[in-house]
Amino acid sequence: MQIFHRSTNLISRFTIFGSIVFVAFLGWALYTIALSSWYTRQNYTEQQPVPFSHRHHVGELGIDCRYCHVTVEKSSFAGIPPTQTCMTCHSQIWTNASMLEPVRASYRTNTSLNWVRVNALPEFVYFDHSIHINKGIGCTTCHGPMGEMPLTYRAGTLYMSWCLDCHRQPEKNLRPRSEVFNAFYQQPSRDNPVTYNGVAYTDQLTLGRKLLTDYKIHDEHFMQSCSTCHR
Amino acid sequence: MDSEGSQKRDVSYKPEPLISPGHTFSSVTDKISAIVLKNGTTPGWAFGFLISLGLLMLLNTVITLLAIKGVGIWGIRIPAAWGFAIVNFVWWIGIGHAGTLISAFLLLLHQRWRTSINRFAEAMTIFAVMCAGMFPLLHMGRPWLFYYLLPYPNPMWLWPQFRSPLVWDVFAVSTYFTVSLLFWFVGLIPDLATLRDRAKTKATKIIYGILSMGWRGSAVHWSRYETASLLLAGLCTPLVVSVHTVVSFDFTIALVPGWHSTIFPPYFVAGAIYSGFAMVLTLAIPLRKYYHLEDLVTIRHLDIMSKVMLATGLIVAYGYAIETFMSYYSGDPFERDMMNLRMFGPYAVVYWTLIATNLLIPQALWSRKVRRNTLAVFIISLIINMGMWLERFVIVAVSLTRDFTPSAWGMYYPTGWDWATFLGTVGLFFTLFYLFLRFLPMISIVEVRSLVHETSEEGAHAAAD
Repeated sequence: MQIFHRSTNLISRFTIFGSIVFVAFLGWALYTIALSSWYTRQNYTEQQPVPFSHRHHVGELGIDCRYCHVTVEKSSFAGIPPTQTCMTCHSQIWTNASMLEPVRASYRTNTSLNWVRVNALPEFVYFDHSIHINKGIGCTTCHGPMGEMPLTYRAGTLYMSWCLDCHRQPEKNLRPRSEVFNAFYQQPSRDNPVTYNGVAYTDQLTLGRKLLTDYKIHDEHFMQSCSTCHR
Repeated sequence: MDSEGSQKRDVSYKPEPLISPGHTFSSVTDKISAIVLKNGTTPGWAFGFLISLGLLMLLNTVITLLAIKGVGIWGIRIPAAWGFAIVNFVWWIGIGHAGTLISAFLLLLHQRWRTSINRFAEAMTIFAVMCAGMFPLLHMGRPWLFYYLLPYPNPMWLWPQFRSPLVWDVFAVSTYFTVSLLFWFVGLIPDLATLRDRAKTKATKIIYGILSMGWRGSAVHWSRYETASLLLAGLCTPLVVSVHTVVSFDFTIALVPGWHSTIFPPYFVAGAIYSGFAMVLTLAIPLRKYYHLEDLVTIRHLDIMSKVMLATGLIVAYGYAIETFMSYYSGDPFERDMMNLRMFGPYAVVYWTLIATNLLIPQALWSRKVRRNTLAVFIISLIINMGMWLERFVIVAVSLTRDFTPSAWGMYYPTGWDWATFLGTVGLFFTLFYLFLRFLPMISIVEVRSLVHETSEEGAHAAAD
């Protein structure tokens, strides 16, 4: 007298072996989701109160990063400009553009524009902008091609692994200090050499290693120590 | 008996049977499966289950409060940053070791007396490991991040800290739980098939049918069963020694006086088996009484288990003695002071109670009369359970509150929530155990049946002589 139908032979084999496949699939799915832009907000243009275009201001007009992000060379926080900074130009040009009405309203009523934060690290990460700028990391190295962004998006995942990738080998990303604020900087290559201290470099790693010593960047033990960033 | 001048020795000595005579294969099966398959529950079971469930609800409350408010609700402060959580963790894991020893180790040693106790002893292990496992999770500041302890591909590109015994614990305890669960389940399969065949309602048949994995009782199945049991027993046996050794490393790796001691691994393992057998007896004696199993779990079983308890108790006593001796003999002032403070410091009452309960009282088990008296053995087993808990408390509290510099000294006072967490895990244990008693055969039907054959053969030989 059988309790179960014959088909349960097949079903039980299927589920037992299938569960291994299922667990593997689940692992893959979770991994993919964790790296996806839905989760990390990478390459995702956030909705802002005004559709500010870095491409226009930085790329086309050539305004330096520091004009708005004033404290980047001295402070841990680069700074979001007050409305007054926008009005230095926009009190004279595009004064009636409807796109700029929220800016004018903010100036009139003396209330801040509620910019949506694009690059944010958790509070337990003590990131300092000034040290990175002063040691030869360009703005566009981490923040992406700002001169080409019509709307602002996060260029990196901001995962710890993303930071460690450079901290383990800073020579991959170093550039001469004079080029730090160059929004269109390209790493040295055969077609595009970069001159530093009179020498033309055609290879990033060579230039990077030179800058490591010249700019007195700490050794790998310090760069990868937990308390360096999680003090 | 010595007879004066007689040369003849009594050669027909038969050891006391491990199962009362008069049993047949079917009577053993009937007796054990009837407990599970009966309709409804007894008032005694219901009462005990409800109390356990109440304590389990207490555990739920504590866990919720811990998640909201954090571990500050416990008594842990500086300097005693480890308190009841680790004491209870070590206590529960230690208890689990006896079950594995009985099921696995004694299987490899062909000890037939394990057959009627191994099922509920191994169940006790699994539930004890579950209770133990709660504490490393709960004592974390952010228990929802427990998975950081596992080496999974993470966006921080970080391995867990493999130098830490706390990470070794993760591997030791999870391996222990997995292997014990598998071993217990594989052993259960023929019994589940028996229940499936004897079940009266369709639902019961289906549930036991699924769990018994298509067991037919064919010779091939039996052969695979025996092989699988031996292989799993072979895997489990090293765990008896290794798991509690790794747990003892939680202490030995530190440099705190009273912890940094090489006697700890064997001392902890012996202590684990000691407390584990005490818990097996605490469970076995009421089970015998209320389920009328005196013919299957005989006085001889209690006698043997008491002897094992006495033996491991003596190893533990050696551990105490050598610790005390080495504290003075080493000449190290911190070791010496730690031992003085244990004996005469603020926790002295706890230490001397510990000596009384773990060392002195169990010496009564030297007496055959005491070993064969169920009430005496029950009380002694409860006392040993308590004593082993106190031992872990002394190890944790005294060493932390009285370490190197007196300016760092403090006191550890458990709060009500500490006790609530402990009682809650006791509730979890007994809830699971009561469910086990109700739905699964508490004695291994197939293994006890093998005893019937042997005792009836001995009986047949005796009759033929």
